[in-house]
Amino acid sequence: MKNLKKVLGIGVVAAAAFFILAADHIDAPAVQGGNSDITDFYAFQGQNSSNLVFVANIQGLLSPAATGSATFDENVLIEFNIDNTGDNVEDLVIQAIPRDGRMYFFGPIAPSQTGLNSVVETSALVGGIVDITAYGSSANVSSNGGMSFFAGPRDDPFFMDFAQYSEIIAGNATSFNMPGADTFAGSNVMSIVVEVPKSMIGGSGTINTWVESKRK
Amino acid sequence: MKTIKILSVACALSLFTFNCSNNDDNQPTFPEAPDFSGTYTQEDQMGRPAVNTVFVSSGSKDMFNTTVPSGQNAAFQSMFEANLTALSPAYANPGDTNALGLDAATFTGLLATDVLNVSLDGTTTFYDGTNVLTGRALADDVITVELLLIFGGEDFSENPGLSNDNVDGNDKPFLTSFPYLASPW
Repeated sequence: MKNLKKVLGIGVVAAAAFFILAADHIDAPAVQGGNSDITDFYAFQGQNSSNLVFVANIQGLLSPAATGSATFDENVLIEFNIDNTGDNVEDLVIQAIPRDGRMYFFGPIAPSQTGLNSVVETSALVGGIVDITAYGSSANVSSNGGMSFFAGPRDDPFFMDFAQYSEIIAGNATSFNMPGADTFAGSNVMSIVVEVPKSMIGGSGTINTWVESKRK
Repeated sequence: MKTIKILSVACALSLFTFNCSNNDDNQPTFPEAPDFSGTYTQEDQMGRPAVNTVFVSSGSKDMFNTTVPSGQNAAFQSMFEANLTALSPAYANPGDTNALGLDAATFTGLLATDVLNVSLDGTTTFYDGTNVLTGRALADDVITVELLLIFGGEDFSENPGLSNDNVDGNDKPFLTSFPYLASPW
């Protein structure tokens, strides 16, 4: 324990500032709390096991009172990146961008350029459109070409006793509590969910995937 | 191929049919495609949970978010390793590894490239006791998995007070069907 304290003591200096918040919530000064701040990314097999589901959450820690006025920014492109050749460079992207109350999805499509700058791939022959769900309404879902689409506020699916973690890192506690308390309980995020046939993103094997927010 | 082409055309058309149906009913106009022009420049990115939050030093977080994944290992692995060993006593001795058998250098080498590895062939989970890094499902207790890999040592037995936050699930049940996430509070 002595050693642990000592190590944690050193850790405080190195780490205090960067244990700001959880999964990716408010992870960096340029984006924190804004409408390009990605809080979480999920990728899992769908209810139909031939499909994969991608989830991007942005704008974390929305209270119920703040959720009704939260919006997607028309200048912010959310892009799911898929590498199916193992080099960690995107071979396919699925882009989501809002216009006038609707979320437009383009892809999966090979992007015209990889990396930090993107254009909206409007020539994509696959994709779809969904009306953005308003706070308090049941979920609007649309489907097109085997894909399904959703955009709107949801409960933040992330859970963690972040408060106690902060106490540990700050040197005010030496362990987690039993039971812990979910710091994210009762808070919402703005979610983009897209379900896509696995056949459209490589079919089999392992993909490397990540999500990006990009601003015009 | 023909069938695929036809299907693709049908998809493209239906994109705009949807758009059209929402236009003013009194004026049957051609669908007005919104303006999507311009270049969009990266601000945030994420692969695995908590990586930028935990392993990137405060002054480098924006840079991490704007470094392409294929360049992250070269730019950030040493920082990750320094922060990991400063944080956790589980890597204090030569030869120390986590339960995946990864020492500090190897573990941070894996994490520094911040992509989520996802299997298209079956179970998708961050870690379920059997499958490792085959995706991330909504219910996965990713923080406890990461705490175990950071603090838990070779057999998850080290630093027990630090290797589980004792929050094991979400505050609302997930849906079994699309869009899977629970309705907002």
